[in-house]
Amino acid sequence: MEPTHNTKDRITWHLACNVSDIPEDGGGCALIEGKQIAIFNFARRGEWYATDNQCPHRQQMAIGRGMIGSQGDEPKVACPFHKKTFSLKSGQCLTDDEYKINTFPVIVRENQVYIGL
Amino acid sequence: MKANTNTHIVIIGNGMVGYKFCEKLLARKKNDQEFMLTVFGEEPRVAYDRVHLSEYFAGKSADDLTMASKEWYEENNIRLFLSDPVVDIDREEKLVRSHHGHVVHYDYLIMATGSGAFVPSIPGVEKDGVFVYRTIEDLELIQAYARKAKRGAVLGGGLLGLEAAKALLDLGLEEAHVVEFASRLMPRQIDDAGSKILQSQLESLGLNIHLAKSTQEIVGDDCIKGMQFVDNAFLDVDMLVISAGIRPRDELAKIAGLETHPRGGIIVDNGLRTSDPSIFAIGECALAHHMIYGLIAPGYEMADVVANTLTGIDKEFLPYDMSTKLKLIGTDVASFGDPFIEEPACITIRYENKAKGIYKRINVSPDGKELLGGILVGDAEQYNMLLQTCKNKTILPPDSEDLILGSRGGEEAGAGVMSLPDDALICSCEAITKGMLCHEIGEKGNNTIDLLKKSCKAGTGCGGCVPLVKDIIQGVMKQNGQYIKTVICEHFDHSRQELLDLVKMNGLKTYGEVLNEFGHGDGCEVCKPVVASVLASLWNENVLTKDRAPIQDSNDRYLANIQKGGTYSVVPRIPGGEITPDKLIVIGQVAKKYNLYTKITGGQRIDLFGAHVNDLPLIWEELIDAGFESGHAYGKALRTVKSCVGSTWCRFGVQDSISFAIEIEDRYKGIRAPHKFKSAVSGCIRECAEAQSKDFGIIATEKGWNLYVCGNGGSKPQHAQLLASDIDKETCIKLIDRFLMFYIKTADPLTRTATWLNKMEGGMSYLKAVVVDDLLGLASAFEEEMQTLINNYKCEWKEVVGSPELRKRYNHFVNVPEKDPTITFEEMRTQKRAKEWV
Repeated sequence: MEPTHNTKDRITWHLACNVSDIPEDGGGCALIEGKQIAIFNFARRGEWYATDNQCPHRQQMAIGRGMIGSQGDEPKVACPFHKKTFSLKSGQCLTDDEYKINTFPVIVRENQVYIGL
Repeated sequence: MKANTNTHIVIIGNGMVGYKFCEKLLARKKNDQEFMLTVFGEEPRVAYDRVHLSEYFAGKSADDLTMASKEWYEENNIRLFLSDPVVDIDREEKLVRSHHGHVVHYDYLIMATGSGAFVPSIPGVEKDGVFVYRTIEDLELIQAYARKAKRGAVLGGGLLGLEAAKALLDLGLEEAHVVEFASRLMPRQIDDAGSKILQSQLESLGLNIHLAKSTQEIVGDDCIKGMQFVDNAFLDVDMLVISAGIRPRDELAKIAGLETHPRGGIIVDNGLRTSDPSIFAIGECALAHHMIYGLIAPGYEMADVVANTLTGIDKEFLPYDMSTKLKLIGTDVASFGDPFIEEPACITIRYENKAKGIYKRINVSPDGKELLGGILVGDAEQYNMLLQTCKNKTILPPDSEDLILGSRGGEEAGAGVMSLPDDALICSCEAITKGMLCHEIGEKGNNTIDLLKKSCKAGTGCGGCVPLVKDIIQGVMKQNGQYIKTVICEHFDHSRQELLDLVKMNGLKTYGEVLNEFGHGDGCEVCKPVVASVLASLWNENVLTKDRAPIQDSNDRYLANIQKGGTYSVVPRIPGGEITPDKLIVIGQVAKKYNLYTKITGGQRIDLFGAHVNDLPLIWEELIDAGFESGHAYGKALRTVKSCVGSTWCRFGVQDSISFAIEIEDRYKGIRAPHKFKSAVSGCIRECAEAQSKDFGIIATEKGWNLYVCGNGGSKPQHAQLLASDIDKETCIKLIDRFLMFYIKTADPLTRTATWLNKMEGGMSYLKAVVVDDLLGLASAFEEEMQTLINNYKCEWKEVVGSPELRKRYNHFVNVPEKDPTITFEEMRTQKRAKEWV
């Protein structure tokens, strides 16, 4: 499977977890290089996404526990604390222009999920 | 003077009906010589409007009430004898003889002698100060006597009695009482509930109403001094007006040998002929179709029938619709068709609004197709429409309650919130008022929650205002004439209620199936929890199995309440607030072991805060081993059933409230609904469990239990309303089953029972009709559905603890076993607290 994000010049791919560690159409959080990365298995769309696990609104480590979905065609995740929603593609907050989270490329090889940092 | 071509008609009685007969006959005559009319009247006045007799006290003169002047009789060649009742009828010679000795021949005789006041044979009725209320002369006597009286009573709570009582007040009496033998006012027109509304309206005008009172004696020497009742009560009055019904004036007919009824009334056939074919009887003296028609409209119809017959047209008097609409001292009172028919011969729909003094009842045929009758008190605007529907047997719409409630449904939602003032604070987190929202929605076109969150941040804080904001969006769009349908979100073009029905009919059990079948797109944080709630409410399967874990809202996702900092709180169920010392010790030990902050909740249980997500299964394992179950503090489900100790310890308690609370909590635990719901059981009227602030609350009475529903604490406190009183436990549980299922199946997402009721057209009366009277015929289905949910109950924490697969999700990281290292606590009063967020 190809990475779902445009990759930058230098990407180091990190093994994050097995496919089965992330529930279908749900998310989880992996600790990679001391960073908390939220990973989403958007099975309905056949897509994987990765973002910061921390919500910029109240600095809570919870994005990986959020519900995913779509707004129009834009895939998004909602923070479980106050339901700020963020585009899984761009990281832009869809309910408040002030906020944005980082997104990371994901590839899946042989049932293993890799995140590019 | 007697020309052969002339038909001589003599009318005995110059009341409203006697007069109307003359008028109708004259209108039908072909030439001036056809009829020769003679009228005898007992009263000194020409016929006057007795229906509006009370207006005599309100300043109308006798002339104002006159139907037609004496000149009218002269102009129409009617011989009129007033103050001259007929005393004898010679039927063989066809002659009548009057009190003053006038003897007149008749070809046809019309008895329109009307009725007199019925005076019950109570000892003392002959005393001074006791009156009847029938003629202008009676009123003149009452008026004169009232000048020296202070306290007056009226015997009889019918229309005329109530008018008389009001008249007493208008005449300057300090007190006016109405004494009615029946248990309700206007017993012939309205039912108990209608009577109660009417009573409160009349009491607010200053009348004192005494129902179910049987008068034993009228006390006093020469003048009345009071009324002694059978129940030993005594009413101190110095004048009394008797308005206890009417008695047909049939004494002359009896003397003439006409057939009369033992209980009064001249018996007539369908053509209104008496036992003598030359003699007709019309109005309140006639007994037609086995009844006396004590209303003016059928009296006029009788006059018309006889006028037709005498001018050669066959017409019968058919059983007359006794529908009436009248304004009683400012209050509309109407009844039509068969107002009293009871179930199962019909389906009865009631609407009651005590604050506005409105009561409406309609009786619909059991198949729901025809309107059989009804009662309107306080607002009779729909009377004519309803009467037409009833008379014409018009096929009713499927939602027959619309007849009295107006059109209901999705498009009506939001009416409540739109009545709020512009400066009402809607989003308190962001200090946004209704006016600001209306501006954003109406002027700037930000007409979705998402657009509003962006444009003015409404609903971005705690989110508690979101349902209200949605109502305002709907309200504004509706005001602007835009079409709106209550849909869940962009992924489902259905309301929650519609979706629930669809999911049920199709037996769907996963989010994926529901989205594929009835939605589009990929779902979102709005529709996922709604579908999760619908699935749980329908099947009550574990919320975390199949594909359901990622669709659960934040708290349901981990079966715990997410708190500031990302830790969770744990609330074991403590049914009714009853707990053994051993269990208390276990809670203490668990809290110590996992370093949890402990607090007693408002619902009589113990909340353990600050648990790492990784520790949740371990904590629950220990709690479950000690016999605890999930308290569902995280779910839109039953929270607690609070109780007071009741009769087990309390010296005031009348029932065992703790046992009932435990039974109720065990019954409904784990059942998910559109929003959380709470309950309480109080052991006596002192209400220490505060049951009236709950979604359903139960209060013990001497005879059983009173059930209240749709109360709320929180930011918009609202008292629960009485659904049923003095019921036994079994009935109480049945009604709660129905109430909860009705709520679960019809409420919008995240709508508490109080708001659900507030938005419900028809309000409490409608809810009562559905839950208690089974208006929709769904009661047994509701009970069965509830029983299915109860049978499917399993402690979901027990299932998680026993399932390695489910336990696996309780790790902060998927790749390492560590807990979230960013979580830190602060100390407070020897316990910990969450670190304040930035």
